[in-house]
Amino acid sequence: MSAIKHTIVALVEDRPGVLNRVASLFRRRGFNIESLAVGHSEIPGFSRMIIVVDGATTAVEQVRKQLDKLIEVIKVTDISEDNIVARELALIKVESSPSTRSEIMQITDIFRASILDVAPDSIVIEVTGDDDKVSSLVELLRGFGIIELARTGRIAMVRGTIGPLRKQGQGQSKRRSGR
Amino acid sequence: MRMNGAQMLCQSLVNEGVEVVFGYPGGAILPLYDVLPQYPQLRHILVRHEQGAAHAADGYARATGKAGICFATSGPGACNLVTGIASAHLDSSPVIAITAQVARHFIGKDAFQEIDITGITVPITKHNYLLTRAEDIANVLKEAFHIATTGRPGPVLIDIPRDVFTDEAAFAYPARVNLAGYCPTVQGHPLQIKKAARLINEAKRPAIIAGRGVIVSEAYEELKELAEKAQVPVITTLLGISCFPENHVLSFNMLGMHGMAYANLAVDAADLIIAIGMRFDDRATARVSGFAPHAQIIHIDIDPAEIGKNLKVSVPIVGDVKNVLRSLNKQIESRTHIDWIQQIEQWRHEHPSTAIRETEELLPQYVIRKIHEVTAGRAIIVTGVGQNQMWSAQHYWYDKPNSLISSGGLGTMGFELPAAIGAKVGLPDDCVWCIAGDGGFQMTVQELATAIQDDIAVKIAILNNGYLGMVRQWQELFYDRRYVATPLSGPDFIKLAEAYGLPALRVRSKAEVIPAIQKAMDHQGPFLIDFVVEPEENVYPMVVPGAAITEIIEAPGEKVEFGSKPRNISNL
Ligand SMILES: Cc1ncc(C[n+]2csc(CCOP(=O)(O)OP(=O)(O)O)c2C)c(N)n1
Ligand SMILES: [Mg+2]
Repeated sequence: MSAIKHTIVALVEDRPGVLNRVASLFRRRGFNIESLAVGHSEIPGFSRMIIVVDGATTAVEQVRKQLDKLIEVIKVTDISEDNIVARELALIKVESSPSTRSEIMQITDIFRASILDVAPDSIVIEVTGDDDKVSSLVELLRGFGIIELARTGRIAMVRGTIGPLRKQGQGQSKRRSGR
Repeated sequence: MRMNGAQMLCQSLVNEGVEVVFGYPGGAILPLYDVLPQYPQLRHILVRHEQGAAHAADGYARATGKAGICFATSGPGACNLVTGIASAHLDSSPVIAITAQVARHFIGKDAFQEIDITGITVPITKHNYLLTRAEDIANVLKEAFHIATTGRPGPVLIDIPRDVFTDEAAFAYPARVNLAGYCPTVQGHPLQIKKAARLINEAKRPAIIAGRGVIVSEAYEELKELAEKAQVPVITTLLGISCFPENHVLSFNMLGMHGMAYANLAVDAADLIIAIGMRFDDRATARVSGFAPHAQIIHIDIDPAEIGKNLKVSVPIVGDVKNVLRSLNKQIESRTHIDWIQQIEQWRHEHPSTAIRETEELLPQYVIRKIHEVTAGRAIIVTGVGQNQMWSAQHYWYDKPNSLISSGGLGTMGFELPAAIGAKVGLPDDCVWCIAGDGGFQMTVQELATAIQDDIAVKIAILNNGYLGMVRQWQELFYDRRYVATPLSGPDFIKLAEAYGLPALRVRSKAEVIPAIQKAMDHQGPFLIDFVVEPEENVYPMVVPGAAITEIIEAPGEKVEFGSKPRNISNL
């Protein structure tokens, strides 16, 4: 088991209960997940889940294989070794006063984050980036008092035309033709 | 053709070749039961508890290799299936459970007898469905049979709301399934097979460990060819028993916690393990670290997730056992390993694990041995869980393919009688013996009424030791003989049998054993024998939990009445 965080991409059927099956599997096998993000994919009727697993505490190969056994899971890929782009979005509500507001705005600027809402005693900041960037910003803002924090978890994909479903020069593989 | 949902379900079952359903009715499932008489091809067997329906379907499935079907109503009916479904799941048995659900508009309202049975059974099914439209029934049934019976088999549950049974729609049964997320690998990877063949050709001390995958794949001949051609001793797991004839000169019986000492020693000394359709369960491997320390391991299994799960292996081969062995057998060369086999024979001689000591009293092992004798090894043995199970595994010699049915993975007491009923229904021409403990038998004893009502001629042998014997054995060995909650006063099983309407005999002495078994066999219908056996007899050999497979506790040495399973290696 390697210590790195593994990014696993699963294409799943968009059906009631799929998330439950995945969650149930992780719980009963004792797999530790750092984050799980799910949303529609490019194929109607299919969702994509991005799961981050800590390779130090969890047998990542088992995660992949056990996920793959679920009937409604179409394809599972561990893209950790690939050249990927990965992003996470966070919304951070920070306490602010007239004396701290400009400093918070400066930090926001440095991180290329944006301000979504300003209230008399709080600011809502949106930040997008890799996990490290988001975590650094959160740490910097902690001193001002974080009122609320919401993170999406990592989403990621492989660079270039190669994807979990498409090899170079190939069409979509193993894909349902629609029912 | 337009039909209602209940009719579509029955027609789908007929299209799948289903002949028998084990079930129990109730409010939500009434519309389904109401149309059953329109399908005389579907024999319905009324059980006395839904757990019995699931076990019977499981027993039927294991005995025939076909899907076993059970019906239950919503809420409590569905819940009662759970133990049976879980048992089927852990032993990869193709059970299809049809449960009724409250009407669609009630779902999520905690309606009367509403329970989320698909939610409950997520971890114990290969797949499950909550059907919400009558027009989906045909497709879902087609998928369910496909999923349950292909790849690594397993149970599938289909939950159908009451009003879906009564909705009408057009019915057309699909010719094939279209499942993007399910396509088991059946052919082994040629490169891996080549590697495996090389290891086998080079091995000095090879050993096969064969599991239930061989039986599921019906790869009996292929296994035999591999064993004979490369001259490899064959050891099995509990559920692998009867995948290879135990009277074969290369058979070295079962390994594991209550395995044969010589099988365990052989695995430990081997330089190559060929693991076929087995999953390195902890009851088979004992302590997994240090298992087969000198061996490279070839692991053949249809489930990729089993590979590397408990143990690192050298050559993984994902595929159907029969296919893989066929390709593999072409690449292996004839070999002899006389010295190695002599060595295991020697261990067998020094550690006669199946020997029975000579006693006045009636020993449970003796009973099993005599059942083997009278049935000439041709019976299908269905066991309970505990000591009776281990003695059945050790002392009946399984020469006939697929002749032991036992709850291995879940170890479900109460499995024996309903599973035997299911097996007998599936194999009406075979002699089916249910070997029960006095504890487990009382868990599903109500199914005696099922056997009587539907005239299912199972022969029942209770090994009545007055204890939850296996647990008592652990208390004896690890808890200083503090027998807490294990002494068990049963009912008078003879009177009980009579109350249910089946003939029964009590046997207390060795002399009565064979005549009683004979009488049971001569009787047309179900028959029960209450064997009152030595109460504190233990199962040996034993590897205590956490110990290595070679740390074997053997039966205290005493005068031996029977030797080990006889074998002639002179013609090797
Ligand atoms: C449903 C269930 N409950 C509890 C157990 C734990 N257990 C394993 S063996 C055993 C004793 C079985 O007693 P009996 O059926 O009399 O068989 P014996 O061991 O005496 O042959 C028990 C209680 C189990 N396996 N299954
Ligand atoms: Mg007992």
